Order: sequence, then C-alpha cells, then structure tokens
Amino acid sequence: NMSGSKNSIPHLTSERLLIKGGRVVNDDQSFYADVYIEDGLIKQVGENLVVPGGVKVIEANGRMVIPGGIDVNTCLMKSYLGTQPVDDFFQGTKAALAGGTTMIIDHVAPQPGDSLLEAFERWQEAADKKACCDYSLHVDIPQWNENVKDELELLVQDKGINSFQVYMAYKDVYQMTDSELYEAFSFLKLLGAVVLVHAENGDLIAQEQRKILGMGITGPEGHPLSRPEEVEAEAVFRAITLGNRVNCPVYITKVMSKSAADTITQARRKGSVVFGEPITASLATDGSHYWSKNWAKAAAYVTSPPLSPDQTTPDHLHTLLACGDLQVVGSSHCAYSTSQKAIGKDDFTLIPEGINGVEERMGFVWDKAVAMGKMDENQFVAVTSTNAAKIFNLYPRKGRIAVGSDADIVIWDPDSVKTITAKLHLNVFKAAEYNIFEGLESRGGPVLVLSQGQVVYEEGKLHAQQGTGRFIPRKPFPDYAYQRVKFRNQGVTRGIYDGPVYDVAPIPKYITPSPSAKTSPTSHQPPPIRNLHQSNFSLSGAQIDDNIPRRSGHRIVAPPGGRSNITSLG
Amino acid sequence: MSYQGKKNIPKITSDRLLIKGGRIVNDDQSFHADIYMEDGLIKQIGDNLIVPGGVKTIEANGKMVIPGGIDIHTHFQMPYRGTTTVDDFAQGSKAALAGGTTMIVDHVMPEPGASLIEAHDQWRQWADEKACCDYSLHVDITHWNDSVKQEVDNLIKEKGVNSFQVYMAYKDYYQMSNSELYEVFTFLAERGGIAQVHAENGEIIAEEQARMLQMGITGPEGHVLSRPEELEAEAVFRAITIASQTNCPLYVTRVMSKSAADIISQARKKGNVVFGEPITASLGTDGTHYWSKNWAKAASFVTSPPLSPDPTTPDYLNTLLSSGDLSVTGSAHCTFSVAQKAIGKDDFTQIPEGVNGVEERMALIWDKAVTTGKMDENMFVAVTSTNAAKILNLYPRKGRIAVGSDADLVIWDTDAIRTITAKTHNSAAEYNIFEGVELRGAPLVVICQGKIVLEDGNLHATSGVGRFIPCSPFPDFAYKRIKARKQLAVLRAVPRGMYDGPVSEFSMSRGGTPSASARTSPTKQPVRNLHQSGFSLAGPPTPDDIPIRPAGRRIVVPPGGRSNITSLS
Repeated sequence: NMSGSKNSIPHLTSERLLIKGGRVVNDDQSFYADVYIEDGLIKQVGENLVVPGGVKVIEANGRMVIPGGIDVNTCLMKSYLGTQPVDDFFQGTKAALAGGTTMIIDHVAPQPGDSLLEAFERWQEAADKKACCDYSLHVDIPQWNENVKDELELLVQDKGINSFQVYMAYKDVYQMTDSELYEAFSFLKLLGAVVLVHAENGDLIAQEQRKILGMGITGPEGHPLSRPEEVEAEAVFRAITLGNRVNCPVYITKVMSKSAADTITQARRKGSVVFGEPITASLATDGSHYWSKNWAKAAAYVTSPPLSPDQTTPDHLHTLLACGDLQVVGSSHCAYSTSQKAIGKDDFTLIPEGINGVEERMGFVWDKAVAMGKMDENQFVAVTSTNAAKIFNLYPRKGRIAVGSDADIVIWDPDSVKTITAKLHLNVFKAAEYNIFEGLESRGGPVLVLSQGQVVYEEGKLHAQQGTGRFIPRKPFPDYAYQRVKFRNQGVTRGIYDGPVYDVAPIPKYITPSPSAKTSPTSHQPPPIRNLHQSNFSLSGAQIDDNIPRRSGHRIVAPPGGRSNITSLG
Repeated sequence: MSYQGKKNIPKITSDRLLIKGGRIVNDDQSFHADIYMEDGLIKQIGDNLIVPGGVKTIEANGKMVIPGGIDIHTHFQMPYRGTTTVDDFAQGSKAALAGGTTMIVDHVMPEPGASLIEAHDQWRQWADEKACCDYSLHVDITHWNDSVKQEVDNLIKEKGVNSFQVYMAYKDYYQMSNSELYEVFTFLAERGGIAQVHAENGEIIAEEQARMLQMGITGPEGHVLSRPEELEAEAVFRAITIASQTNCPLYVTRVMSKSAADIISQARKKGNVVFGEPITASLGTDGTHYWSKNWAKAASFVTSPPLSPDPTTPDYLNTLLSSGDLSVTGSAHCTFSVAQKAIGKDDFTQIPEGVNGVEERMALIWDKAVTTGKMDENMFVAVTSTNAAKILNLYPRKGRIAVGSDADLVIWDTDAIRTITAKTHNSAAEYNIFEGVELRGAPLVVICQGKIVLEDGNLHATSGVGRFIPCSPFPDFAYKRIKARKQLAVLRAVPRGMYDGPVSEFSMSRGGTPSASARTSPTKQPVRNLHQSGFSLAGPPTPDDIPIRPAGRRIVVPPGGRSNITSLS
C-alpha cells in the first residue's frame, strides 16, 4: 500500500519544522540562521523567520547544521556466488541515517551477459521497498558490446542514471581491455555520463594470485600480497591516460593507497578532469589486519583494492582530501557475514570482497581530518556531501542548505565521542560479526538527522521507516565534470607528394594497427574515407583538399611551437 | 675477402700505437697519461712508458682521450616489407666511427612467428660480413610461447645475448598483453637477462589512429597526434609496475618525452631498477617538424614513440641525463629513403618508422649537455659508453680506458664546430633530421681495435673487421640489487588455526572466480582442483593439505607495515 504515489509525494507532507539557533554550514560558508522546512523542502533560511503557528521547533543551540551526507558508494545488493550481502537496502540505509548520511548511491552490479536494464529495475524495485533514505544508482558495466550501448543510452535518457562503472580488474569476468575502455569512455562521454573506474591491473593480479597460491599462501594475507598498491597506481595512471585521450571525466572509485592518490594528484596538477574517492576504510584503518591470526577477522578486511599495509596511508589520504586533491568520500559498504566470507577459507581468491563503513563514514572524516586541524567544517561538508552532489548532478537539490533544497539536514555535534563496536552498530543483525573499525574511538557525530523533512534520528534513537526512500534521477552532463571537457580537432594543408614511391611488396607484413574485430565490435570503421583518398590520389597534383571533410575556422590544436591541448595544462 | 678466423685474431696484430700527452677521461676521473696499445688492447697507461721502438705515436697535445662511444640502439640493414633500411652494417658503422662511436648494438627483429635463433644467426652473418666496428645484438621478442622461451634460454646460454626487447605497441603485430609481459619478465629475471621495452600503449594508439584517419588527417602530423606523449608515459609506468612485480631489471628504449622521463626518474627514486635511454633525436630536436609543409621532411622525423612537439623536451632530457636519472644514449638509427617513407604518403600509419643519429650522437650530447654546463666530461663518458657497457656486461672490456681493455679510443676535440647536413653526412639517407644544426665538439682521432680509423678528417674504415662481442647474463650493474631483493622478499603464509565455523552455500556457476584463465596461463591449474576436492561442509581440519611454513622464518609483511625491499619509499 505504500507503493504507487510515493515517488512523487514525500511521505508526511504535513510535517513542518523549524530549526532555531543553529549555525548553517555549507561548503562555501558558515552563518547563523534558522531553517524552516515544509513538505520535505527547505522553505526559508534566515533570522526572525515568519512561520505558521504550531510548527515543531528544534533548538540547535548554536550547533552546526549541515547538509545530510551523501554516500556515493554502497553495494547493498551485490551478490557473490549466489549469496547476498547481509545489509540490504533496509539495514544499509538505517545504518547510513544513524551516521548522518541521508542519501546513498548504490552500485547496480549485473553479471556478464545480464541485461543492464533488468538489473537496474531489480535494484530499483528492491530499494523502493526497503530504503529508508533517498537513493540513486550507479550501473556497473560488466562487459562491453553493442547491446550494452543501447541499454546505456536508455538508462541515461529515460532512467535518470548518469554514472557507470567499468572494471580494469577481475580478469575474464568483468575486466575490459584498453581498447574496450577507450570505446566505453568515448561512448559514455557522448552520453554525458561520469565514468567510474575500478582501477587495478587485473592481468597482473591474476598472475600474482597464481604465484602466491603456488607458494602455499591461501589465507587473507594472500589478498594484499597479490594486489600490491602499485598495481592500483598503475591502473589509475592508465585510466587517467584514457580519460585524457577521450577527453572524458574519470572518477576513480575506492582510492586505497598513497601511490594511487598521488597519481590522481599529479594528473590534476596537469589539468586532467579526474575525481578520487577514498572510502571510510582507507581513511580509518589499514591492511596490517590481513595478517591477523584470527581468520575471520582477517577476512573481514578483504576488499579490492585492498587496504594498504602501510599504516601512514589513512593520514596521507586525509591530507589530500583536505586540500581538495581527493573530492568525495564513499564507504563501499558491502557487508558479508563470517560464514559467507568462509567461502574462501581455503583460498583467498574466493573470499567475498566487502567491508562496512556507511555508518562510520562521516564520523571518521570529522575525527581524523577536522578534529586534527587538517580540514575546516566547510571542506568537511564538501567532501561528505556537496562535491558528490555536484559530480553526480544532484546539486543544489542535495548537498546544500538553501531555499528549495531537499530537507536532508543533520545537526552535528563535534564533541560527541563514541567507540565503534560490532555490538552496538545498527547494521548488523547477526551475532559475532566483525566491524573493521572495532574499538576505534571517533569524535563527532549526528545529534539529529532529518531526511525528507522528517526527524529520523534523535538522541541516539532511530525512527527510520522502511520504503520511504525515493529514487532520485540524475541528468547527464553535470557541469562540475563536463564544463571543462571541450573539443579539439584537425590537420595541416600541404601540397601533395609527387616524388618517386618505393614499390611495396604485395603482401603487407605490417598490418595497420586498427582496432581488431575481436576486441572492438563497435569500432569506427573508416573505409569510405580511406577509399575516397585513394581514388582521389593523382600524380598530377590535383587539389586533394577539396574532398577532405574539413570545417573551416577550426584551430590547429598542436601547431609547430607546441601543442595547445586544452586537457593538458602542464 | 675472407673473414675466417677473424674473431680470434684482430686483423692487423702488429699494430702498435702510443698516444702521448693526452688527458684520459673515464666515467670516474680524468688524468694526464700516455697510452700504449698493442694487438688491439691497451697494454700500458702512465707517464714515461717503456715502449718498443718504431711505434707510431699520436700527439694528443693535452686533448681529451675518451673510451670510444657505444651506440646501444641501432637498426642497420633492417628488413622492412621486402626492402631494407638504406644504411647497411658497412654504411652505418662507418657513420658511427665518423662520430666517435666504436661499438654498436643492433636490434634483431624476427617476424612474429619466426625463429629467434634463425633471425639472430642471419643478423650475425650480415654484420660479420660488413661491420667496420665491434658490435653486439639485442633480440626482440615479437611473440611469446614455450618454444620462444627455449630460444631465449639458448640465446642467453649459447649465443651471447643478454638483452631482449618486448613491445607494448603495434597492436595485433608485435604487441604483448600484460600477462605475456609478466611471463617474459619473470623468465628473463630467472635467466639474468635485461628486459627492454618499447613503451607505448598500442591499444589506445590503434583507436587514435582510426580516429585521425577518420578526421581526414593522413599526413605525418597524424603520427604524433595519434601517439601523444602520455601514451608513452602510461606504458612506461605499466612496464615499471610489471618489472617491479617480477623483480626484473627494466630498460626503456627510446625515451622521447618529458613525461616518460619523469616517470622513470620517479621510479628510480622509489628504488626500481630501471634504465632510460633517450636517443639522439629526442636529445637534439623536437616534433614540431611533423607539421612541415614539406611532406618528405615531415616524414623523415617519423619514429615511435614520436618526437615530442614540446620544444623544451631536448633540454629537459639532457638535464635528466646529466643528473643520472636517464642512464644511456642510443640513436635508434634506422634510415629510410624518401621513396621508402613515401609508402605512407596517403596514410601516416604506413610510413616506415626511423630516424638517423648514429653519427651525430656524441657531438650532440657534448654540445647540448657539456658545453651548456649541465654535464661534466666524466658523465659524458658515462652516458655515451660506460653505462652501456655496464648494462650489457661488457665492462671493463668496453667503456673504459684501462690496461687490458679493448683499444677503442677517441681523441675528442672540444672546440671543433661542425654544421650537420645531409650533404656531408656518412649515412645514405637523403634527409638528416638535424639539418643545419651547429654542433661544438667532434672526434679528432678515432681508434678502433687498436687501429686508427679517423685522422685528419679522413675515415679509413674497413668493412668486415667488426667482431661480435658476446654479452653474458646477470650484469652486476642491473642484477646486484635484484639478487639481494630476491633473497629478502620471500613471502610466507600466516600460520593460523583452521577456520571451522559455518560456511555459506554458494554456487560456482555464476560469476566465476576471478582467477587467471587457462588460455593465458598454461601453468598451474591443479591448485584449484586440489582446493575444491578438499572442501567439505563438515569442516574437519585437514592440516596435511596445508603447507605449513617452516618455523623461524620471518613474515615479510608483518602488522606494522611491510618490509618489502623492492619499495624503498
């Protein structure tokens, strides 16, 4: 009975709320103001607001009022060998709200051969039934072919999806070749989508896994040993190179290591349009736990790319997040029970990959970056919410406290201290499970959380309602990513060469390195243009220029004296 | 002319030479001393040498005496689509000697599918017939399978080849996948070979070439537009990653751009064993000429990776060469006539790739790096000869002026000024990519195998006197560090109790395991099945199956941070 109209009308439309005496913190400024909320939207922001009588008033007492967090990376339905993560859309979004996150973007993860559209619809149906907060969806592309292209077009134009993930790892399953990536990037750029990349070199991982299993290492420590951080950095570098070539924005999901983050930083210095997403786990813990003698504990940390065994990693990533070199924080929340993890008890390559973090995300960024003096409160809002909204074209509906924005608001207490433990956290309902942040103390947390203008969390009590979460469609060509992306073109005019030509052997041993049919079924087959040139060739020196499709008025991009390639400012 | 037996006995054994009053410049120091040579070897070094009477004496008059140059990268007499490059081993090595280079290392290029050993023997025959100076060979691995593996093994053990080039470009032709590169590097690391890479991302190039042609760009500028320098940098980065994983020394041939050079210097700062080879062209000119209105001129610059259109590149590469971040210089001398280049007149992807540079190499580095104050004379010797000799395990026979070393010497005139032009160069090519460039520094006298081959501007090179110099594996310069790391970086499993809790049910049919496929990895399949057969829901521990590590071995990556020696950062 709750289906049907709920996508258009927020749940309790009569709810009217006034937050009094708070300090509104957006990504650009902080100021004292009251916030009046009606019908799930922010109606007024300012002092001495004129509001209807009988409105429920929340006293903020000078505390921070921030836009609700957006967790850009969750996997609440990503099945592995037929088993589902223990946190579904209900458990997962409840945990999100408890941590101050009022919107999630989940990954639709179809298997190779599945229809993307059907997978998307399954995800949407499940989320509509269960989600307690607004959500949107990324769609992962498990393989590249013609059908996928049609489905992508449909997803962008009709379904409100503007971000798709491709994989450089998981050889023979999800992994794409460089040629496929090039085509996927080119196509997604035309659609105006954001390309998300799982960046690890799958070929090398496969080799290393075999080597390490061959050495008799079968436990979870084999996971980071077979996926050293340079394998991540290499793929990040390659993804950025592809992005530069295609002139397409690139978004690196799960930045787990210093070297990967540094690669992103350097590319941004050169002008590449690239975004980096560290996650709760890489910001708060490290990979030394893979060597734990407790198998179940060690396995709980298994995710890809793995947590770096270098203990200085979290601090380094926080520094880059604070200075803007990394932009958004996700959690990559994908919780499996110990018995599910035990699928890989004899072989680390079979351990389901996934860790928790949706609930702890905002708290750790506050604790490790703001409380340490690395980051100010405005940048905190930027990395936990605003930047995500901008990259994925949700801004200013989400990610900002302003008139007309959704009433997803958190009153944040910078001084509250809690200790993370599996016993207390809300997202686990099975006994004796592991929280990878077990025992860590975190300063800063939500006192009150509003989702769609309703109080869903107050003084430690959660009032989340299953099925109230709405799917938020997103338009293509987000300004934040696409404004800088522009076009380039074109060649040189010269007289035709009419000197002697060496007689070529009839069998061309040098094959033209054009895309092979196998790896690129789409391809930009240029035969007509080719033939045009050949037929037009004449030793008398006729004006070949006449037939070359050239648009006048286009600048030469790389003239003598150095190229003026706009994507590379370095 | 017969060349029987010439490998054992130098041609004119009676040749005795004395260089008087020179300043010997090695890579480590310079000092004034006389040099006495006999039988093609340096016999004495010092002041007031006691030498036999009637010895021919050369007065150096205080000029520099340096080890003859080693051009570590040439393509003489290279077959290409039924034709060959215009400089054969005679012409090419003559040009080398004229520029002060007394040894070349040529690339053997077997066709994909062809036997490496047969190709190697063919190159040996060509070079033995014609070369005017000593030479060695690199062998390019153009495809990879078990029989190639055998041949590589044989080349290392029997044929005196220790360096092999693989390609990351030329899709569907020479290009290798990451998995193949991993296997080649692993194999070479075991056998003590040097992995050389042609580093460019062939897949992206193929896409870009198709795009350029589609846009109607068919001239030589399409070459550089379809191969932007970041594709070079990307491949260098990837090659370094693979080499680091396999603990194999890496040698990047033809460093053409600033970004590729930067990647190499960053990796060296992290402790990677990687050597970078800029070439004469990238040190002396840039890629702006691809936009020349003269097609033939533009085409003469076509080489891969292309010259960078960024005109600050040569200066930058000379700086990194001076600082030691780049290690050796080659020329990648591979010359085609204009008519041969014109095979690609309607399609830049068909233009034969290659530039000149064997003759200009040493003078160009002197002019751009030493006279500008970037580099001292000792470093000049290091990057033009000593480092190459060390990498190829030819040191100190080559690359040093010392008693017992080969008598390959150059008296270097630091003040001579020459203008490069195709009219006077020793190559057969019609174009010289350095046309009109004025270079300070030139060889005054060149001595090769103890014989004077250049004197008073006259070249007396003799075709066929060049000997093949075998290179042995495991050169210390590259492998000392590799060996030490191999001993340290032993990975061990964590000894922990068997997990005996519940295990979720799962189906293997869907999704598949992300492990290596049989297709690309012919080795090691049983491991998988072993595990599956040992799997049981009842969960009793089966410790016999698990290889327990011997007690007392260190865990390499303990909690608290890894101690993996290959990453020193």
